Amino acid sequence: MTNNWTDYQNSDCFLIIGGNPAENHPISFKWIEKAKEERGAKVISVDPRFTRSSSKADLYVPMRAGTDIAFIGAIINYVLENELYDKEYVANYTNASFLVNEGFSFEDGLFSGYDEEARSYDTSSWSYQKEDNGDYKKDLSLEHPQSVFQLLKEHYSRYDLDKAARVTGASRKLIEEVAETLGEIALDPSKTSSILYAMGTTQHTFGTQNVRSYAMLQLLLGNVGKPGGGVNAMRGKCNVQGSTDMALLNHILPGYLGSPVAAPEYATLEDYLEAETPDAGFWVNTPNFFVSQLKAFWGDAADEDNDFAYHYLSKRKAGKDYSHIGIFEDMYQGKIKGLFAYGQNIMVDSPNLNRVHEAMKNLDWLVVADPFETETAAFWKEEAGVEPETIDTEVFLLPTAVSFEKEGSYTDSGRVIQWKWKAVDPPGEAKEDLWIIDQLFKRIREQYQGSDKEADKPILELDWDYGATPDANDVAREINGYDTRTGKPIAGFGNLKDDGTTASGNWIYCGMFTEDDENRTKSRDNSDPSGMGVYPNWAFAWPANRRIIYNRASADLDGKPWHSEKAYIWWDGSEWTGYDVPDFGPTVEPDSEAGRNPFIMRPEGVGCIFALRAEGPFPEHYEPYESPTENQFSSVQYNPAVKLWDGSNRGEADDYPYVATTYRLSEHYQSGAMSRNIPWLAELVPELFVEIGTELAAQKGIKSGDKVEVSSIRGKIEAKALVTPRVKTMLINGKRTHHVGIPWHFGYKGLVTGGSGNILTPTIGDANTTIPEYKGFLVNVRRLG
Amino acid sequence: MPKSILIDVSKCHGCRGCQVACKNWNDLEATLTQFEGSYENPTRLSAQTWTRVRFIEQTDGGLRFLFRKDTCKHCTDASCMAVCPANAIYRKDKTGAVIINRDECIGCKNCVTACPYQIPQYSKTAGTVAKCHLCNEGDRDRIGNGLQPACVSSCPTGALIFGDRAELLNDAKARVNHLARQGTEAYVYGEKELSGLNVFYILDEPSETYGLPAKPTFTDNDVFWLAKWANILFGTGLLTAIPYYLFFNSEEEPQDLEADDEESNSSEKEVS
Repeated sequence: MTNNWTDYQNSDCFLIIGGNPAENHPISFKWIEKAKEERGAKVISVDPRFTRSSSKADLYVPMRAGTDIAFIGAIINYVLENELYDKEYVANYTNASFLVNEGFSFEDGLFSGYDEEARSYDTSSWSYQKEDNGDYKKDLSLEHPQSVFQLLKEHYSRYDLDKAARVTGASRKLIEEVAETLGEIALDPSKTSSILYAMGTTQHTFGTQNVRSYAMLQLLLGNVGKPGGGVNAMRGKCNVQGSTDMALLNHILPGYLGSPVAAPEYATLEDYLEAETPDAGFWVNTPNFFVSQLKAFWGDAADEDNDFAYHYLSKRKAGKDYSHIGIFEDMYQGKIKGLFAYGQNIMVDSPNLNRVHEAMKNLDWLVVADPFETETAAFWKEEAGVEPETIDTEVFLLPTAVSFEKEGSYTDSGRVIQWKWKAVDPPGEAKEDLWIIDQLFKRIREQYQGSDKEADKPILELDWDYGATPDANDVAREINGYDTRTGKPIAGFGNLKDDGTTASGNWIYCGMFTEDDENRTKSRDNSDPSGMGVYPNWAFAWPANRRIIYNRASADLDGKPWHSEKAYIWWDGSEWTGYDVPDFGPTVEPDSEAGRNPFIMRPEGVGCIFALRAEGPFPEHYEPYESPTENQFSSVQYNPAVKLWDGSNRGEADDYPYVATTYRLSEHYQSGAMSRNIPWLAELVPELFVEIGTELAAQKGIKSGDKVEVSSIRGKIEAKALVTPRVKTMLINGKRTHHVGIPWHFGYKGLVTGGSGNILTPTIGDANTTIPEYKGFLVNVRRLG
Repeated sequence: MPKSILIDVSKCHGCRGCQVACKNWNDLEATLTQFEGSYENPTRLSAQTWTRVRFIEQTDGGLRFLFRKDTCKHCTDASCMAVCPANAIYRKDKTGAVIINRDECIGCKNCVTACPYQIPQYSKTAGTVAKCHLCNEGDRDRIGNGLQPACVSSCPTGALIFGDRAELLNDAKARVNHLARQGTEAYVYGEKELSGLNVFYILDEPSETYGLPAKPTFTDNDVFWLAKWANILFGTGLLTAIPYYLFFNSEEEPQDLEADDEESNSSEKEVS
């Protein structure tokens, strides 16, 4: 999130799209209700299903799964056409004024530089024009035909309301009403609107571009960096943000540092730093962060003479996709022989489960660490539909402690890192994950003892000494960072160095300890001098305890709040001050050269309406991989940059006419490994149901409670039907189109069981992140018995 | 000063945290449920389910998805108390909570029949009736220990508020006025009904839409008469040898979800 949960109370309008906070983030509605009650905030819910969030919305917009860009594109077009955007903000705080290379073009769904065979782009034409001295060429009047603003206008001029209505299934009137509501707020400096989203946005072949479209709209409306505004990803678990920060993603190191690839341009530390350090923006500090990280990894074994052990760091194969889909495609082909399943339940949460199940059978060994025996741990058993004697995999199930049985921290969606304490001991032989990892590493290292091979040094020399029983506090201290000479904590990432005198496991977490070794994430001071819910001393937010990022943009060019109602930080004549930690050089004057560049992480210093992504610098509508209709915007049916896998079989609308989308319920948690084993939760939703609209149900003779079979080209599941007017029939390109909603919580283990929705989902992912396309694929439905 | 829970349906989004918190605090077993066509589950109150959220899909005049927490209203005119032949139902003076003393309950089910809201639930296993005690009884007494009822403490949005009844009534009226200014017609249900409900609502649709009778009635006629009659018989010892519940047919007892016997587990598998 650019903002945070408690900041919701400052919003005047919530556009909830691709998310369902009432069900999946219930506490968030405390703040939404507060904003409704105290500010008269409007709630807009955009969703293929009328959800529990929609029930609290002023405006519900039914939208076909996978058509966000058509929807947002039409709103962008509308606010541009009707001049409902924040002109001063757009001209000064975004790259709208930047001039783009003349070679850049767009035609029939493809940007310049497309290589059809490689399904990828040469992005060299998607670049800025520069002056001879290297400065960006700009036109602050935004009228230059090569300006980002004019290119944007041209691109989205094709997204008129009628076309958007035909593609999305939302009515022209509703899309217009959303655009008018947001535009009205944009023109009123005392108000801000917020976009809240979740996996309904990201789990598409164009998920990244969906998010981009929201970010662009928020920049146009002048909503980024201000209280009550922002682009706010609601993470699906209490610590998803934390795991992402700590390099859950396969292409980064902790703190979003790039991970090196096995290529000449990453041969040495110098090469890495050259490749990864931009010329401008805050990332110029990359060497300080990266070298400190290497010091945290290898301690005394990392010094100037050996490139701080840079060559100990594993290198990715260039061009190889190490995502979830990539791993299981490799496993399917027998290339992966062993697997640790930690904190996930692969046999429920993976796309195309039947294929994943086949892949798992190729494993020699599998280790599952979980509080319960999950579907993954039991993939070889009869209940999984296999004959156990045909499986050669050796399976180890390590019982783990649940969250209340161990100490540690959660980082919430708003980047607030909160310490939590152990309430009770884990039962029986269950152990904390930290203990398991510590034991595992120590025993692996034992295997290497005595080796003098160079290749074994990264393991033998790893700086790993947490005593006999590791303490989460020590790990946190190492993540924060310390002075390698004194051992004292480093109180902020500004003090990290590239000379080996500092170590820090994750630079963005640096500062969660004070120099006096006080763990700020343990602070529970809920005083709020702002009266706006900033709570600056409640735990610690990365970066640098900043609660709203890019907050320089909450003030105008001169450093004054755009409006007293939204005053957040301001220039007091000598320094930046206010209710939050300024996201800016504390004494950089607003009228200095860099004083109007609020987006300090970007080399441009401004928010990017035009930005490089795998499939283009502007989000363009493509249909989901499996779609009930032809793309109305171009002849390119689906994302031209998406990677096609061997397992990417594609169902056609003739056989599978209905749009399916998976989702979660309040009552269950993720793959159900926990919640389906807790009787009080299991009784609430005891078996799989699928939501089917009234019209489709009537056609099929299906009544609520009937047993139905839902099938895709990949497999089929049984479920009970929930026939509801909340799933509306949509008119898509003139054709009545139906949705089927499938909760994905179920599997064959636990107190309550049921078909796994992911048996139906496709092996295809986003062109940038490879997150699977769970939201929008094709199925058929029939009544059973 | 009676204590109350105000249930504001305009802030309820049906997360059912209250339902789970009640079972957790009161250590009530989960039941073996199956999907019966709606989000609602368990599909009825029972001796092991004292509160549940009703889900209502309203299609007249625009689609609405409505939620209402159903639970004991702790009525001022409490029919259950009036018809109890064993004087097993009493009111706590301090809080107004209407509580069944299950040690005294003879399982006659007069209260089950008399309650205008169908709240008290008979347990065949225990032979007694059970219901919400406003977290105000014995070793489960939260109110008496300065805490809020478990359901209220779990509510994320402020749809459940606990406090002094008079103050809550004022808050409720202010909220109704606020909603009116925002264009929603709402009203307080339970201010005067049955001389005042201690668990009362802000509703934004006719009460019947939410499954609440517009004019709940206090039962003091037939069943009450029967109760008096029964009381006399008990008093004279004429009927004490006969288990009282035999006179009344009980509904099926809900099964425990975690029952050890294979049968109940396998039946669960069948419905999956």
